[in-house]
Amino acid sequence: MENLNLVLSEIFISLSIMFLLVLGVFKKDSSKLIFNISLLVLLITATITLNETSNINRATLFNNSVVIDYMSSLMKIITLIGAFLVLVISSNYLKTFKIFKIEYPILILSSVLGMMVMISSNDLMVFYIGLELQSLALYVLATFNRDQLKSSEAGLKYFVLSALSSGLLLYGCSLIYGFSGSTNFDVISNQLNSTNYVLTFGIVFILVGLAFKISAVPFHMWAPDVYEGSPTSVTLFFTMVPKIAALTVFIRFLYVPFLNLIDQWQMIIIFLSIASMLFGAIAAIGQTNIKRLIAYSSIGHIGYTLAGLATGSNEGVQSSIVYITIYVIMNLAFFSCLLMLKRNNQYYEDIDDLSGLSKNHPLLSLSLLVILFSLAGIPPLAGFFAKFYIFTAVLEQSMYFLAIVGLLSTVIAAFYYLRIIKIIYFDKEKEKYDGDHSLWLKFSLSFSTILILLYFIFPSQLIEVVSRINII
Amino acid sequence: MNFPILSSLILLPVIGALFLFFTKDKEGNNLTAKYVSLFTTIVNFLISIYLWISFEQSTSSFQFIEDREWINGFINYKVGVDGISILFIILTTFITPLCIISVNNTIKVRLRDFLIAILIMESFMIGVFCALDLVVFYLFFEAGLIPMFLIIGIWGGPKRVYSAFKFFLYTLLGSVLMLVAIISIYWISGTTDVMKLYELGIDAKYQNLLWLAFFSSFAVKTPMWPVHTWLPDAHVEAPTAGSVLLAAILLKMAGYGFIRFSLGLFPIASEIFTPLIYTLSVIAIVFTSLIALMQEDMKKLIAYSSVAHMGFVTLGIFTIQQQGIEGSIIQMISHGLVSAALFLCVGVVYDRMHSRLISSYGGIVTIIPKYSVLFMLFTLAALGLPGTSGFIGEFLILMGAFKDNFLVAVIASLGVILGAAYMLWLYKRVVFGKLINTDLTKMVDLNKSEYFILTCLAVPTLFFGFYPDPLINTIEVSVNDLINTYNSNLIKK
Repeated sequence: MENLNLVLSEIFISLSIMFLLVLGVFKKDSSKLIFNISLLVLLITATITLNETSNINRATLFNNSVVIDYMSSLMKIITLIGAFLVLVISSNYLKTFKIFKIEYPILILSSVLGMMVMISSNDLMVFYIGLELQSLALYVLATFNRDQLKSSEAGLKYFVLSALSSGLLLYGCSLIYGFSGSTNFDVISNQLNSTNYVLTFGIVFILVGLAFKISAVPFHMWAPDVYEGSPTSVTLFFTMVPKIAALTVFIRFLYVPFLNLIDQWQMIIIFLSIASMLFGAIAAIGQTNIKRLIAYSSIGHIGYTLAGLATGSNEGVQSSIVYITIYVIMNLAFFSCLLMLKRNNQYYEDIDDLSGLSKNHPLLSLSLLVILFSLAGIPPLAGFFAKFYIFTAVLEQSMYFLAIVGLLSTVIAAFYYLRIIKIIYFDKEKEKYDGDHSLWLKFSLSFSTILILLYFIFPSQLIEVVSRINII
Repeated sequence: MNFPILSSLILLPVIGALFLFFTKDKEGNNLTAKYVSLFTTIVNFLISIYLWISFEQSTSSFQFIEDREWINGFINYKVGVDGISILFIILTTFITPLCIISVNNTIKVRLRDFLIAILIMESFMIGVFCALDLVVFYLFFEAGLIPMFLIIGIWGGPKRVYSAFKFFLYTLLGSVLMLVAIISIYWISGTTDVMKLYELGIDAKYQNLLWLAFFSSFAVKTPMWPVHTWLPDAHVEAPTAGSVLLAAILLKMAGYGFIRFSLGLFPIASEIFTPLIYTLSVIAIVFTSLIALMQEDMKKLIAYSSVAHMGFVTLGIFTIQQQGIEGSIIQMISHGLVSAALFLCVGVVYDRMHSRLISSYGGIVTIIPKYSVLFMLFTLAALGLPGTSGFIGEFLILMGAFKDNFLVAVIASLGVILGAAYMLWLYKRVVFGKLINTDLTKMVDLNKSEYFILTCLAVPTLFFGFYPDPLINTIEVSVNDLINTYNSNLIKK
C-alpha cells in the first residue's frame, strides 16, 4: 500500500473541487460562499503540504512516478500562497465586471491542482497530465469575461497555440520513450546514452513545449495578447502561478534525467535566456498598455530565471527559485496597484492613465516607485538581490557572456520602468481614482511593498530556505 | 569602541526621512520638515566631527570597523574609515545641511518629499565612503541613483526628463559592468572584503579586465571625457540643491573609487592603463576648459569646469606619487566646497532674475556688493589662486605629475591658465561691465540664509588654503601606505 499521506494535499484539493462543484449546482447564489471556501481550501492545503512534507527527505510513490521532496513541497507552498493572494485581491475586480461566479475559484483550484501534480511529477506521463489539467483551466479563465471580445480572443489564442506546444511536447516525450524505453525520469537517467542524437531531438521538443508555457522567447508570441485580453485578475494569475510550476518542471526535467547531457541543452537554455532578456527589454519600450508591458517584462524576467538554470549547478537552481519568488512578490505588488486604478466602476490600464498619479495618490505612487525600481533591479530593493544571486551563480560557472548580456539588458529594461516612473511623478495629473479598496488589496500591496523595500535587511532568510534544495 | 558610529551616521538621515514621511505635507513653507531635516543633518555633522577628532591619524589601518554577517556565508556588512574616506564623509555631512538651508528659496512644491530625497541621498553617500565590502559599496553607489533621479526629474528645469533619464541610464550602464567584476572577484579570490583583498591581491591575469570594468563605472561617474556629456545636462536641469549635491559629493564617489579600488586592488592593471588615464585627463582638462570658455549658461560653464577639475583629480591619482594622490584628495575636497558655492551663487541670481544666461547680467557689483565679493572669492578659489584650497590641490597634483611625466604636466598646466580665463571672464561678464539690463537694479543682496551658507563655504576654502595641514595630516599616512602596498604588490607579481 502506498503511503497516501504524502499526497494528502492533492487528494484534499481534488475532493474540495468536487465538493464545491456539487455545492455550486445545488445551492443558489453561492458564489460568495464558494469563493470563501476556496480561499480556505488553499490555505488548508498549504498547511497540509507544510506539515506532511517538512520531515521527508525524498519519497516516491506510484511506481516512482510521483516524487515528494523538499523542492516540491516548497514550490507547492509558493504556488498555493500565490494562488491564495491572487484570489483574495481579485474579488472586487470580478464583482465590477459581474463575473463573480462559482466557476472562477473552482477553475483556479483545478489549475492549482494541475500545477501541484506537475511539481511532483517524476514521470513524463504524470507531468503531461498535470500540465493539461492546469492548461485547460487556464484557457477557460482567460475567456472568463466572455462578453468582451478581447477576452474571448485571448482564450482562443492561448488555446490554439498552447495545444500546438502540447503537441510538440508529446512528440518529444514519445521520442524519449522510444529511445530509453521508459517515461520515468529515474529510468531515463539510467538508460541515457549521450551519443544518441535522436534523444537530443526529444529534449529539444520538450524544451520547446516548456518554453512556450513559461513564454520564453522565441515562444512568447501568445503572452502579450493573452495578458492584455484576459481579465486583470487572471493576468495576475498568469504572470505568477503557472510560472512557478513550469519552472519546477523545467528544473526537474533538465536536472534529473538529463543532467549528463548538459552539453546538449545548455546552449539552448542560454539562447532562450539571452533572447528573452533582450527581447523582453526592447519590446516593452514601445508599449502603451500596462498589461502588455507587464507581459514583456515577465518575458524578460523569465530570461533571468533561465540564466540561473543554464548554469547546471545547485547554486544556479537555487538562485532561479529565489528569483521567481521575489518576482512573484513584485508582480503581486504591481498588480495590486493596477487593481487600484478604478474610477466610476471602470478599471484603467493604459500607461497614460498613471499620469501625475503622485499628486493625488502619494502613497500608491510611492509603492509603485519602489516596485518599479525593484523590477528594474536597482539596489537596495529586493529585485537587485534576485539578479545578484542569479549572476553570482552564472559567474561561478565563468559564463561571462551571459552575465554581461543579462546585465546590459537590465539597463535597457530600466528605461521603460523609468518611463512609468516619469509618467507617475513628472507628468501632469489627471482625475482622482477611487480610494475605497478592499482591505485585502491594501494589505497585499503594503505587505509586498514593505517586503521589497526591507528585503536588504534580512537577505539570508530566503536563501536559507531555498538552499536546502539539492537537486543534483 | 563598540558604539556603531558609522552605522549611526548612515542610519540617522534615514530615520529623519522616516519621521518626515509620517508628518503631514503642507503646501508652501513647511517649517516642520525643514527643521527636522536640518536638525538631523546637523547632528550627523557633529557626529562626523567627533569621528574626525577621535580618529587616530598615525596609523593607516581602517578604524571604527563594524563587521556583521549579512548574506550568510557570503557577504558581510562591513564598514570602516581610514584617512582618505573620513574626509569625504565630513564633506558629505557638511554640505548636506547647507543644501537643506538653501532650499528656502528654490523649492516651491513638495518640499517635504524633496527633503526626504536629500536625506536618503546623504545616507547613501556616507555609505559609499565607508563601505569596506565591494558589494556593500556597489549597493550604496547604485542606490544613490534613485533619489538623484527623482530630484532632477521632479524639481528640475524644463528639460528635466531628458536629463534625469540620461543621468540614470549613463550611470547604470557604467555600473553594471562593475557588478560583473565584483562578482567575478568573489569567485576569483573567495571574498569581497576590501581589507582581505588588499592582503591577498588579485591574480595578475584577471586584473586588466577587472580594472576596465571598474573604470567604466568610475569614468562615467567622475565624469571623464568622453562620457561626461550627462553632467552638463544634469547640472543645468537640477534644482540648485541637487546640483550642489551632484557636484560636491556624487562626483567624488568615483575619484574615491579610483583610489580605493582601482589603485588598491589592481596595481598591475593601473600601471598598464596609466597612459590611458593621462590621455583622457589631459583631454578633459584642455578640451572641456575650452568648451567652458564658450558657454552662455552659467550653470553649464561651471559644470564643464567640474569636468576639467575632475580631470586634474584623475591625473593626480594615477601619478602614484605621494603629492599627486594627496593633491587629488585635497582637490576633491576643495572642489566639493567651491563648486557647491559656485552653484549656490548661480542659484542666488537665478532666484532673483530667473535667468542663467551670462548675457542677461553685467554690472551688478554696485547693486549687490556682498554677493559680488563672495562670488569673487569662489571664482578665485576655482581657478586655484594661492591662499585658497583650490591652489593646494592643483599645485600638489602638478608637482606629482612633473615627477612622473613631464609632458603631461606641461599640458595640464595649460589647463590652469584656461581655468583662470573662463572663470575670470565669467566673473567679469556677470559682475563688472556696464549695467545694461535695468531690471537688475531691483535685485536685492544676499539674504541671511544665503549669506550664512556662502560664508560657511568660504571659511574652510580660505582656511585650508592657508593652512592645509589638518587635511594633509589626516590623509598622509593612509596615502603613504597605499603607495607602499601598491608598489610591493607590483613587485610581487
